[in-house]
Amino acid sequence: MSSEWTNAELIQQYGIENPVMPYLRQDRLPHIWCPGCGIGTTVNCFTRALSESKLNLDEVVIVSGIGCTGRVAGYMNLDSFHTTHGRAIPFATGLKLANPKLKVVVYSGDGDLSAIGGNHLVHAARRNMDLMVVCVNNFTYGMTGGQVAPTTPLGPTQTTMPYGNFETPFNLPFLADACGAVYVARWTIYHVRQLAKAMKEGLEKKGFVFIEAMSPCPTLYSRRNRLGDGVDQVKYYKERSIIRNGADTKEVGLSFQGEIVVGKFVDRERPTWLESMNEHLGRVLGDKFTPYGV
Amino acid sequence: MSDQEGARKGKGGTVFVRVEVCKGCSFCIDFCPTHCLEFSHGYNKKGYHYPVLTRPEDCTGCDMCGQYCPDFAIFGVRLKDLEARQRAATPEPLIPSQP
Amino acid sequence: MHADPKGVMTGVHFIDGDHAACEGALAAGCRFVAGYPITPSTEVVERFAARIPEVGGCFIQMEDEIASSIAILGGAWAGKKVMTVTSGPGLSLMMEHVGYAAITETPCVFVDVQRGGPSTGLPTLPAQADMMQVRWGSHGDYMPIALSPSSPQECFDLMIRAFNLAELYRVPVFFMMDEVVGHMTERVVIPEASEIEVVERRLTAKRPGEYKVYGTDGSLVPEMTKAGDGHRIHVTGLTHDERGYPAMNAMAQDKLVRRLLAKINAHADQLVDVQTDGVEGADIVVVSFGITSRVATAAVDAARAQGYKVGHLRLIVCWPFPAKLFAELAGQVKAFVVPEINMGQMVLEVERAVAGRARVVSVPHPGGTVHEPAVITQAIVEAGR
Ligand code: SF4
Ligand code: SF4
Ligand code: SF4
Repeated sequence: MSSEWTNAELIQQYGIENPVMPYLRQDRLPHIWCPGCGIGTTVNCFTRALSESKLNLDEVVIVSGIGCTGRVAGYMNLDSFHTTHGRAIPFATGLKLANPKLKVVVYSGDGDLSAIGGNHLVHAARRNMDLMVVCVNNFTYGMTGGQVAPTTPLGPTQTTMPYGNFETPFNLPFLADACGAVYVARWTIYHVRQLAKAMKEGLEKKGFVFIEAMSPCPTLYSRRNRLGDGVDQVKYYKERSIIRNGADTKEVGLSFQGEIVVGKFVDRERPTWLESMNEHLGRVLGDKFTPYGV
Repeated sequence: MSDQEGARKGKGGTVFVRVEVCKGCSFCIDFCPTHCLEFSHGYNKKGYHYPVLTRPEDCTGCDMCGQYCPDFAIFGVRLKDLEARQRAATPEPLIPSQP
Repeated sequence: MHADPKGVMTGVHFIDGDHAACEGALAAGCRFVAGYPITPSTEVVERFAARIPEVGGCFIQMEDEIASSIAILGGAWAGKKVMTVTSGPGLSLMMEHVGYAAITETPCVFVDVQRGGPSTGLPTLPAQADMMQVRWGSHGDYMPIALSPSSPQECFDLMIRAFNLAELYRVPVFFMMDEVVGHMTERVVIPEASEIEVVERRLTAKRPGEYKVYGTDGSLVPEMTKAGDGHRIHVTGLTHDERGYPAMNAMAQDKLVRRLLAKINAHADQLVDVQTDGVEGADIVVVSFGITSRVATAAVDAARAQGYKVGHLRLIVCWPFPAKLFAELAGQVKAFVVPEINMGQMVLEVERAVAGRARVVSVPHPGGTVHEPAVITQAIVEAGR
């Protein structure tokens, strides 16, 4: 066998395959992401989490918005929905409420989730909607060509901040925490094992889970700011990350090439929206109430 | 399987690389815990250098390379797992042995 | 299929159009609604929120209309019959998801209780000025269905049809009420569940691997599935092939867009529905829809009393527009008179179908109230000269 084998040939000859493969729509590969883009690495972590979680994959649904990360849904061998820009969370809310048996994962980028979709993010967290949100944060708009995002740190240049960004960015874990998410974590793609573990915990958690996955966009963020390639950005993650589980999310804001606090910041219990609805209506309406989705 | 790997039967690990899928990002090379991968001297068809297992004796089959690779082009496997699964046939090595 | 008795409030009721529309949705099997408050439509979701805990289903008030309009699409793909309810300003916000529903072929009902516009306009007063917005409001080419009830009883009856059509054709169906119909209280008879025909979703019997989410097998409307059924579907708002995979090229676009239009246009004859009164042999035909048809009836009666041969044609289904019917009538009728509570929207369709073979007289009204019947009578008289 030469080095140009396919997955099927490998299975046939060795009885093994790349562990990511069964979770991907192999007829859609190769994917569109640039060399050194970290989105594919987060996908590896997600597939490890799926395999560890022992969920019935027929009941796991992935929903993405628009953008480079928005393409993740289309590569996953799950029921997958590529929705409109910013609206993955409300679409996922509809899926979850219409069939509470589903495990619904939202997988999208920082611009999609926190700019155009920011309103949905805060309200889904407030309601403790039972969704796991994976936010791949690369500080920029990739698909449209490197514009400033609500996560862009102060300083770096973006196509719509040609003289450097002067807008204060979101501290996403703090935002999610303040709005009521029951699980909040941040890892970078350097931390593949921890990120996979967080995703597994997120899949097992009931309620609104927010996982920020920092990931390089070499094409539009790193190069424009003379930060080298994807791997240089991951080396930066490695060198400047400090693991601080349980850190006060107020303290975990990011600065340009500064220190990165990573870890599991929040893990608490709170009734989900559906649990609250069933509990409340059951109490108020008694026998007249038809319990829903239980 | 290369001879070298055969000699280490049961111990350590090896990697499988889809050379033509690799985009040369070097994540696998830089973050392999045992530093057993290096870039090839040659290029693949897309014009990228790709990883080569230059210190196979150090590979543990931990699959960190697989977890890092954003293009699903490499993965690592423990030899004992590989042997357990391998069918009767003994195919040629999949990994280019020289950089 | 008959309606599920749990959702059917059989009996004679004295309720307004908004409440009747909600009962129609429940009878049709709607079990998931996401909405956002907006006058004059809110009573529909208020009633749904009160009724659904007993019927068994789910209502959520979302953070805005954008969220509501896509939450229902998620709900549809999870297997429920779904609806959202709004008025003009909210409908403007929902337009992107009208397009998403169209391209993903998601069955859903958008209720629009029309009020005066543009913008915030007249929150508590009527208009019929969203007729072109529902036809053309989302970008790109698509063909929705729009129904126009003119009484609370019709709000109930036609709502069932709206849900049935959404399932049959997998398109967004617009339920074009207006403030007067929404707030008008009349007798509404709700029959037994066994007398209500409902269309259930055509779910595929194909196994995973055999099923293509947009495979049509030669028909125009693909079979559906739902998340969780093991088909591992991919659904995208991008132009896609039969597998649902993005296919961004002119050929795939040609195939998809033509089918999206054809599935409605090819069935236009079955879809169109008009109510006529004295159109046969008339010189002049008054064309109306919604609340305006009730005012026009008085105007037609007055003109007839003056000796004019006037017919009345009411559009029950506004989209697709019954162009063929108008083309036929154009050879027999001298003039069409088109009153509507907007500055001339559906009249454009009448003109297009009639193509100069009869006079077409617009009787516009900017909204805030209904026409004075005398204004319509006057237009009939002038058209008859
Ligand atoms: S533009 Fe940036 S985020 Fe998008 S695929 Fe390329 S590297 Fe990744
Ligand atoms: S399997 Fe582990 S040790 Fe072997 S090359 Fe990959 S990362 Fe290095
Ligand atoms: S991580 Fe993957 S794409 Fe990057 S160099 Fe290694 S094999 Fe190639």
